[in-house]
Amino acid sequence: MSDGSSHGYTPYHPRWFRPPLSTYWWLRRRSYLAFILREVSSIFVAWFVVYLLLLIRAASRGEGTYQQFLTWAAQPAVQLLNVITLAFIVFHAITWFNLAPQAMVVHVRGRRLPARAITAANYAAWIVASLGIGWLVLGASR
Amino acid sequence: MADTITMQVTRYRPEDEAQPSVQEYEVPCPRDWVVLDGLNYVKDRLDGTLSYRWSCRMGICGSCGMTVNGEPKLTCATFLADYAPGPIRVEPLHNFPIIRDLVIEMGDFMRKLVRVKPWIVRDAEKPLGDGEYLQTPQELDEYRQFSMCINCMLCYAACPIYGLDPKFIGPAAIAIAQRYNLDSRDEGGPERLELLSEHEGIWGCTFVGECTVVCPKHVDPAGAIQRYKLTAALDSVRSLIMPRSAP
Repeated sequence: MSDGSSHGYTPYHPRWFRPPLSTYWWLRRRSYLAFILREVSSIFVAWFVVYLLLLIRAASRGEGTYQQFLTWAAQPAVQLLNVITLAFIVFHAITWFNLAPQAMVVHVRGRRLPARAITAANYAAWIVASLGIGWLVLGASR
Repeated sequence: MADTITMQVTRYRPEDEAQPSVQEYEVPCPRDWVVLDGLNYVKDRLDGTLSYRWSCRMGICGSCGMTVNGEPKLTCATFLADYAPGPIRVEPLHNFPIIRDLVIEMGDFMRKLVRVKPWIVRDAEKPLGDGEYLQTPQELDEYRQFSMCINCMLCYAACPIYGLDPKFIGPAAIAIAQRYNLDSRDEGGPERLELLSEHEGIWGCTFVGECTVVCPKHVDPAGAIQRYKLTAALDSVRSLIMPRSAP
């Protein structure tokens, strides 16, 4: 017998139990925690962008301002922040590089490239870019 | 190895209880018994009031998904002996309302599945006399992985985004949409893109990736969603640069 409701077959619709989702759901699994840390790492990526802009601004305003910036950047608190930021940036890069093959499907001569090749290409590009920047910085300081 | 194992099973009897409770059962634990065998033993020998869904016992029907020791699993493919000496905790799939004991309400998923048009859409059917729509093995390989989905909903149980926002269309529905989008015979891509470009569609996914980890059929819904995002982004750029060519 139908009561004409969307639930149809019974006039006595069962009382569903909706389990509440804990605020700390992200502690339930290691993968959830890794995901949250990856999301948080975006804040540190943003901080490095701001830091770089501040550095460029200081450098463009002459020797005095640049030295002031360096003195400020040498403070233990700023150094600590930048070390933490570096750790998060590395975590950010590695986790995204490892996920890249899922999002990128590349065909070469009609054949799909294996996931490892895409991950390896990302790491190779990272190493080349890092070496290039390193060469630029070290070369400029000589 | 112990001869028996304790199963801690979620019970919810809406006529008597305001919230679920846990009941323990001692079941045999031979090497070839899966969790579903344990539940069937309870139902047949110990407590006929226990409710749960199952059908094929061989990982095809997708009915027997439950949470086993915190992980979404097909209970027909999860061996009791792997959890020895126990106890083993069996709960309904997370992120769904519970109707009774281990039975969850799946109407939300079913409605979302239909919305993505999981069938081959053609602008115009060719005459029967012209023969079948042919496909090369390479074209089949493009979508084959996504066609393996058995609608077991383990991916929804593993997805915290779906748990937090039930409007999110979810991993399996998007993977199945992608199964048809990548099919060389299908022409329904633009229609599905319109639906899935919404906030509750592909952009709701933040790439936690657990849907892919728990999938018993290696469908990789997370991959399907990220690929879809790329398609949607390229489509937006294309329509921005060449507005007249947009569908």
